[in-house]
Amino acid sequence: MDNEVAIIGVGLHPFGRTDGLSGQQQGAYALREALKDAGVEWKQVGVAYGGSQDGGNADALSNHLGLTGIPFVNVANGCATGGSALASVIAAIQSGMAEIGVAVGFDKHPRGAFNPRPKDWGLEDWYGETGLMLTTQFFALKTQRYMFEHGITDDALVRIAQRAFRNGALTPHAWRRRELSYEEIAESMPVNLPLRKYMFCNPAEGGAALVLCSAKHARKFTANPVIVKAAVMRTRHHGSFEVFNPGLAAQQSPAPTVMASRAAFELAGVGPGDIDVIQLQDTDSGSELIHIAENGFCEHGEQEHLLRSGATEINGRLPINTDGGCLANGEPVGASGLRQVIEICTQLRGQAGQRQVADTPRLGYTHVYGAPGVSAVTILQAG
Amino acid sequence: MTLDTPPKLACPDQLELNGGHPTLMGSRCRNCGEVYFPASQGCTRCCAIDMEPFTLGSEGLLWSWTIQGFQPKTPYNGGESEADFKPYGVGYVEMPSGVKVESRLTVADPAALRIGMPMVLTLEAYRQVPGEAPVFTYAFAPAA
Repeated sequence: MDNEVAIIGVGLHPFGRTDGLSGQQQGAYALREALKDAGVEWKQVGVAYGGSQDGGNADALSNHLGLTGIPFVNVANGCATGGSALASVIAAIQSGMAEIGVAVGFDKHPRGAFNPRPKDWGLEDWYGETGLMLTTQFFALKTQRYMFEHGITDDALVRIAQRAFRNGALTPHAWRRRELSYEEIAESMPVNLPLRKYMFCNPAEGGAALVLCSAKHARKFTANPVIVKAAVMRTRHHGSFEVFNPGLAAQQSPAPTVMASRAAFELAGVGPGDIDVIQLQDTDSGSELIHIAENGFCEHGEQEHLLRSGATEINGRLPINTDGGCLANGEPVGASGLRQVIEICTQLRGQAGQRQVADTPRLGYTHVYGAPGVSAVTILQAG
Repeated sequence: MTLDTPPKLACPDQLELNGGHPTLMGSRCRNCGEVYFPASQGCTRCCAIDMEPFTLGSEGLLWSWTIQGFQPKTPYNGGESEADFKPYGVGYVEMPSGVKVESRLTVADPAALRIGMPMVLTLEAYRQVPGEAPVFTYAFAPAA
């Protein structure tokens, strides 16, 4: 395809807690790193998409980088903000709107969980007041039902968290860098059963940015571009089991992840068996468990065997969340989806150090999922 | 349950009390028959906007469950101190129409909850603050 877009620069502000730096400052830092990596000046950038949930407007980053007059669009799609920004930049470059574009995400959440307001979600106050409006509750209810339908035990949830922290310990920029034992995870505080404390990620801070251009010009900027074979975003259909729903439809329908994943594989002309390194949304162990199958990497119910066999480890057949994912990095909502893309770029460039997937991975996959039922998938290829 | 005075309800529009035997109220699409809880203004299945009230009933089967293990932040208004907070059960209950209703459960013991078990609707005083009338919401209890 001669209309392809390439990632020519990546930049990250480490996730975790950075007292003294605002979310926007962390976003600006990440963006400067990405521009440096691409060898591009801010003045050369023709379009920008970015987002943050609690860190303010992304277009305010122009006040840090320079007021060059470009279209800078604020994106607000919950956990899928980064994926949505990326899909938008790609479409803009493909349309000829700009030669060089950036996608940026950052955030700075207060400690503790999020405080959703029922009215923002089209719900009445009683839903929140009576204690039903919690994301952790939703993930637990969905996981519990999924495990029941597919015969999966708590063992799978523990193993997912254990692998995340094991990989986090190998990742210099990760937030949680201590390996946890099976028992520490299995016996940690029951937050919302079947999910326990160490099976959830925490709201965090950080920034992530990408610089992109048309693939045919990519080699002018970098020796190791990453080609975007697909970047697809989808929202839920009627009947999908989503967060903040006082009632679920009689007939269930496939999740937005399934629709985004299928469309991405079709666009890229490859299948799940061709992918060498994978990032899946793991706000909690249960979500990753479900997402392994929803993205086509196994059949529903096969996950427990897959996890026990070591297939999802860095040296396995399906290396998942090689940087520790959301569990080890925390989730600055606006930045999280782009962190996934950066990890895949780092792996495809062979620059992942101790956590590098062997035998030069060629194809990578990223997946985000968020409220109120949004998913974004990318398929990336070493250029 | 019987109450001397009408209880103060968190969500009066979702319930009919029928003298102490509460029933959940929802809506149904006149075009395609899809059932909603709570009552919906339009049908997200067929995109029609012709809805009618629909009685969901007061009995169903437990479809999924969890235990709320920590005290939620606002907008939760149970009113107890953090020290007094007691974990509560939350579940989806599949009603005869097939729609699943999210609800507090009257039990919070994992050993007492099993997907598929019959459940019956009741009222639960989720907010009990000294000097105030208790506030009730709907909850499902294991059927006797």
